[in-house]
Amino acid sequence: MEENCANQRIQAQTKEILQKYRKEKDLLITILNDVQEKFGFIPKQAQMVISEYLSIPMAEIYGVITFYSRFTLAPKGKYNVSICLGTACYVKGSQKLLDRAKERLKIEPGEVTPDGKFSIDDVRCVGACGLAPVFMVNDEVYGNATVKQLDEVIDKYMNL
Amino acid sequence: MKTIQEIEKIRNEKRTELDLRINTQANTREKHILVCRGTGCTSSKSPKIIETFRKIIEEKNLQNVRVIQTGCFGLCAKGPIVIIRPEETFYAHVKPEDCEEIIQSHICEGKKVERLLCKNIDGKLVHQLNKLDFYKKQKRIALKNCGLIDPENIDEYIAFDGYKAIQQVLTEMKPNDVIDMITKSGLRGRGGAGFPTGKKWSFAQKEQEDQKYIVCNADEGDPGAFMDRSILEGDPHCVLEAMAIAGFAIGANQGYIYVRAEYPIAVQRLKIAINQAREYGLLGDNILGTGFQFDIDIRLGAGAFVCGEETALLESIEGRRGQPRVKPPYPASQGLFGKPTVINNVETLANITKIILNGADWYASIGTENSKGTKVFALGGNVNNVGLVEVPMGTTLREIVYDIGGGIPNGRNFKAAQTGGPSGGCIPAEHLDTPIDYESLAQIGSMMGSGGLIVMDDTKCMVNLAKFYLEFTVAESCRKMYAMQNWNQKNARNFRKIV
Repeated sequence: MEENCANQRIQAQTKEILQKYRKEKDLLITILNDVQEKFGFIPKQAQMVISEYLSIPMAEIYGVITFYSRFTLAPKGKYNVSICLGTACYVKGSQKLLDRAKERLKIEPGEVTPDGKFSIDDVRCVGACGLAPVFMVNDEVYGNATVKQLDEVIDKYMNL
Repeated sequence: MKTIQEIEKIRNEKRTELDLRINTQANTREKHILVCRGTGCTSSKSPKIIETFRKIIEEKNLQNVRVIQTGCFGLCAKGPIVIIRPEETFYAHVKPEDCEEIIQSHICEGKKVERLLCKNIDGKLVHQLNKLDFYKKQKRIALKNCGLIDPENIDEYIAFDGYKAIQQVLTEMKPNDVIDMITKSGLRGRGGAGFPTGKKWSFAQKEQEDQKYIVCNADEGDPGAFMDRSILEGDPHCVLEAMAIAGFAIGANQGYIYVRAEYPIAVQRLKIAINQAREYGLLGDNILGTGFQFDIDIRLGAGAFVCGEETALLESIEGRRGQPRVKPPYPASQGLFGKPTVINNVETLANITKIILNGADWYASIGTENSKGTKVFALGGNVNNVGLVEVPMGTTLREIVYDIGGGIPNGRNFKAAQTGGPSGGCIPAEHLDTPIDYESLAQIGSMMGSGGLIVMDDTKCMVNLAKFYLEFTVAESCRKMYAMQNWNQKNARNFRKIV
């Protein structure tokens, strides 16, 4: 029953997003970007609604979602720790940050902690190369980062 | 919608008002406090600095002081940066707590806050931006307006010759004249491959089709590269204007900007700029009342390195997986939705209006024999002045790393510089005196690429870096060719074993 309600809500919210767009196939990625933003991932229910609206088979939509790294099929943690592995950050030691985050949270990049609180992403260049190495928690950027600083930030969010 | 006369009126009035931005001797009591709102400085809390300045100014009820957000000043290592004009004082690493002192001491009492000034390599305090070593060897053409104007205010763009080039093109030139001019200037694609821009335009112009497209490639995928983002954040209108000019030249009425969704500030500023340009009638059905029709839409990328390749990018705009098409047919004959399409990189487009206004000969006088003009580099890694630099083609790597970049931190030695992203190469110390242009870089086994330039000191392991790039190519492969994927994976595995 509860699941049904959740599904209906997702469908309704997706339809709301679709109202902004013409029924043109080339808008698929634009729409998926909106859906990803709205839910933090792309739920199957939303894919079904989009599939019907744009007359694109589900398989093709799945193909597009899995091709682009911004789209995800499962929700991320409440606090998503992104560690920049762009070249500028990498030569300044961001691998150490990633290793430390994995060690602290006991998950791999792309995974979520069992309590749903944290997830880790290794991202390619967030464009703040002047501050390298950089990591982010959701939208908050931490520049000239050290392992110590990462520890402190993780501690802070763990206690929230 | 505005007429040519109305636009000119805005230009003249605004230009007088903003004279203090470019004239250090401006005879005015007014002060402009410019605060960088590029991605780097924004991450280190520059919006808070703007807010604090405004609050203090209001509290003290100061007249003649304005706080303006701008794009990137270039010297990201010193961010957040605040510049006060007309005297061009450059304050580095400004914190919100410093605002009070800057206002009280600098604005009210006329005394510079010395502890926030920068030092040159010789240890002397620098009182003026253009006296900084970092800026001395640079020549800003594509970045002309970055850090000078408020990117969210079309009037400021118009004040500094904005939309003057499109006016000149629409009222005085024929499409062929435009293409000839761009060809003669020697401008080559700044996305990396260096194909002559004029030639690309002429191919598309010759196609007999009613529908043609202009696409701006703003899918800056190379890690460590942020030139295009900075241009879009600091001067979005110059890209829009250039796209309209390109549209006039080849006979297109629709443009698309394909920009990474990872660049939220750039996307936001582009949206604002497009709306403002439409409102002024500088985009739309009847541009400047000349009957020329051109409009621009934004398409967001979704995190796929391969979409920087032009045909993969077209696939992505059409809503599919970004897998490259077989060439030929080239996009100039069959591109977006099968129609003739010109795809230009952001930085290439940022040069167009300047060429139209200053002439092909002016542009061709800058740079080397086969590489004309300037190139923007995102200087990063183990170098003191991390940031955005624009230098004439032919400047040597040594000049960029040592004179502009301020050398290697912590007294280490230079080991190599990486250019061209994952498909480029590493340039070792023995080639430090190589002039930076398309041919010279190709000759020593690297490539110009889009402009990421990452410096490595002697503590860095090149094998480890090779592993890093191979893992990158494995992750970012388009997965169309199994053999390629397999080869990359095998090599990455081997390198992992060595490391």
